[in-house]
Amino acid sequence: MTLLKIDDLKVEFPGRHDTFVAVENIQLELEPGQIYGLVGESGAGKSTIGNAVIDLLEPPGRVAEGHIALDGTAIENLPYEKMRTIRGRRIGMIFQDPLTSLNPLYTVEYQLVETIQTHLKLSEVEATARAIELLGQVGIPEPEVRVKHYPHQFSGGMRQRVVIALALCGEPELIIADEPTTALDVSIQAQILELIRSLCKQRQVGMVIITHDMGVIADITDNVAVMYRGKIVEKGPTAKILSEPEHAYTKSLISAVPRADLRLNRFPMVNYIEGPEPTRSSFDVSTHWLGQARDFGASDGGALVRVESLSIKFVTQRSILPSRNKLFTAVDDVSFEIRDGETFGLVGESGSGKSTIARSIAGLYQPASGSIHFAGGNLTAIKDEKQLRPYRQQMQMIFQDPFSSLNSRMRVLDIVAEPIRFHKLASSRAEVVEIVEDLLEHVGLGRAAAKRFPHEFSGGQRQRISIARALATRPRFLICDEPTSALDVSIQAQILNLLKDLQDELGLTMLFISHDLPVIRQMCDRVAVMRHGKICEIAETEQLFEAPGHDYTRHLLDLMPKLENLSREGLDVADDDAAPRSQEQHH
Amino acid sequence: MSISTTARALDLLQRAASSDLYYSFRSSKMVMLAALVSFIMIVGAAFSPILAPHNTLDLASISLIDSLTPPVWMEDGDARFLLGTDDQGRDMLSAIMHGARVSLFVGFASVIFAMVLGVTLGLISGYAGGFLDSFIMRAAEIQLSFPAILIALLIDGIFRGALDPKTHDELAVYVMILAIGLSFWVQYARTVRSSTLVEKGKEYVEAARVTGLPPFLIVFRHILPNVTGPLLVIATINLALAIITEATLSFLGVGVPPTEPSLGTLIRVGNDFLFSGEWWITIFPGIALAVLVLAVNLLGDWLRDALNPKLR
Repeated sequence: MTLLKIDDLKVEFPGRHDTFVAVENIQLELEPGQIYGLVGESGAGKSTIGNAVIDLLEPPGRVAEGHIALDGTAIENLPYEKMRTIRGRRIGMIFQDPLTSLNPLYTVEYQLVETIQTHLKLSEVEATARAIELLGQVGIPEPEVRVKHYPHQFSGGMRQRVVIALALCGEPELIIADEPTTALDVSIQAQILELIRSLCKQRQVGMVIITHDMGVIADITDNVAVMYRGKIVEKGPTAKILSEPEHAYTKSLISAVPRADLRLNRFPMVNYIEGPEPTRSSFDVSTHWLGQARDFGASDGGALVRVESLSIKFVTQRSILPSRNKLFTAVDDVSFEIRDGETFGLVGESGSGKSTIARSIAGLYQPASGSIHFAGGNLTAIKDEKQLRPYRQQMQMIFQDPFSSLNSRMRVLDIVAEPIRFHKLASSRAEVVEIVEDLLEHVGLGRAAAKRFPHEFSGGQRQRISIARALATRPRFLICDEPTSALDVSIQAQILNLLKDLQDELGLTMLFISHDLPVIRQMCDRVAVMRHGKICEIAETEQLFEAPGHDYTRHLLDLMPKLENLSREGLDVADDDAAPRSQEQHH
Repeated sequence: MSISTTARALDLLQRAASSDLYYSFRSSKMVMLAALVSFIMIVGAAFSPILAPHNTLDLASISLIDSLTPPVWMEDGDARFLLGTDDQGRDMLSAIMHGARVSLFVGFASVIFAMVLGVTLGLISGYAGGFLDSFIMRAAEIQLSFPAILIALLIDGIFRGALDPKTHDELAVYVMILAIGLSFWVQYARTVRSSTLVEKGKEYVEAARVTGLPPFLIVFRHILPNVTGPLLVIATINLALAIITEATLSFLGVGVPPTEPSLGTLIRVGNDFLFSGEWWITIFPGIALAVLVLAVNLLGDWLRDALNPKLR
């Protein structure tokens, strides 16, 4: 019998003005031991399906039509008390953020035993034994000791294992995992996915995994449903969907996924999401304001930025005597240089110090020792803010979070105009407005965007505003700190295209920071791999991916989700990689 | 007015009418009543020189013959004096309107003064951190350990000692504003400081720093507009508190002088007559004060809940 059968499901959120239909016409069937993937971009309604199954829809959301059957019995719109005997007992749930899905005030033992005793008739002693057994099964070493610990004593990955153990407490037949690895580093992600897969097969549990990440889908799911705007546009066996997508949306989604195995000149035009890719103005940059004053003089021996034995420390515990402060070394004796005109990548897991380096180059953090040279000047030696300004003007930064990087109380015009006004780069008010509108048009937003406020734009559009602001000082060096990690994959492709185009037009030098190796491969000329505040390896990108020199690099490359046999339809491959494309002709 | 400005005004009205705030306003009768009462009292007080039936501040227009007239519905009532008169023959209704004008002026002015002071210190404290932060916050904590009324008494006392009585009477209203304002700044400073700590870690502030903007511009152009949300709520609730504080001080005789009576002064004057049967002299200003404070408080509470997304 089918474990989970969703039939013609429709979920709606009645509002004061109108009713919002979150998902519609959903058909889905899941057998025990299978992993079913729901993939789509933010707002596609994939989480809503998971929440509808386990009856955790945010009010006023409700199942308006259709049926959800667990093992043949209908479970939609059950009364609360009835649903309580199913939720946790027969359907388990794994949430996205392991930092907030455990109660920090109770030990892991308390939380596990509480859940076990709620669902199974076991004594305290038996339940404790069961809790320890479960922790062992999810791969936590020394479970007898660790069970007594509080959530904060576990790392992020270990905490997610505890959350999985918690989901297994009631011995459920079905588990719903909502973005279970999104908050985790790539090395932890691989371990958690492996664990989920083996648990599913061993216990013959059915699993619905909700994710935006094609890598996760390719890695562990048997079947996949692709969602777009509340509807399933295509579903079937994972391997088939990934290699021979039929629906136009699936095709464009797959073509936007950055590949680790080949380098593209440009991502294909994605014109299914958010309407067509915005058209950019085509004025001649060399004669425009933006292109003027681009002659910065001779470069300093080919290197624009030179970082020499840079160390950055943060005070973790302040003492009365500064010499007795407790320090955390975020960056430890790092040296590298960025050549004029290249894109230099910094890659590493969270906490490796890559963002700290970027922020200290931009002048946001003071280094503890070492020096940063930029365009022939030693930035660390200049203490006077006024003397630093000409350097500041040549150096701009694009931030990770498009929702916090723009001041929500200012109009886009003022946001982009602020650097121009401050550095007095234009002579009149009218000229400032003219330049700002040109810039907005150039990044693909259109001139009318200037009059609006940031909240009227989507994440990708906000990132374009951020880029326009960075260009407003006519910089030669752009620091991109994870510029696309908060964005959906198709929007990411558009933004990466834009950055590449701008670099070609303006001859920008870029420092590109990312935790995502495939993205690094698409963007960078040379890459430095960081770990624990130190650089493990610096190499040309191709060399790094083809023949990594350091063990840690090899380890990172191994952990990348394997995206073999992805459809290559419509890709603009950079190398002489013609063979796979000619194969494509057969389809 | 050109067509485009009319259209824009209409659009603004339409957006206001469909906003969540207006919806939550319309769905509570209590709040609508409170708003109506506040509106009537504020208008009545603000335009008292025009609206009041008598000018109680003009000594020539009052006559001792009319003194201690009871309200109009009682025996011996006089149609000219709706709520009766006090011991000097002043019309109570007019006196209340003039008094409320003084009370509201002191209330609004001291809240604005406290807000400007508190917000500035809170911004500096939150953004600068370190020694300056510790200094300002310790000062705030020390002040919090005294009741506000005590601080206001102290400040008023200092001015009484420093100025001769005549100048003090002339400046009494402004001394009041200073005293009440200085005793209320702490709450603003602490609220703004904690919001500033959150905002200064956000990337738009970092973007401004990367551009090279000096701290002064970052604080006032970028952070200030983003921390003002909770201030409106505190200000409304503080307005009621400030009115009460002023009334208390005036009742104790250290507030505004009897020549320019506020609601508190009226209550104090009437207090002497309470047990001789002329209850209206103290009861009516008392009711006016209570209703005003209650209405403003209800508005403040509603605003706090309506603007808090967690309580929706």
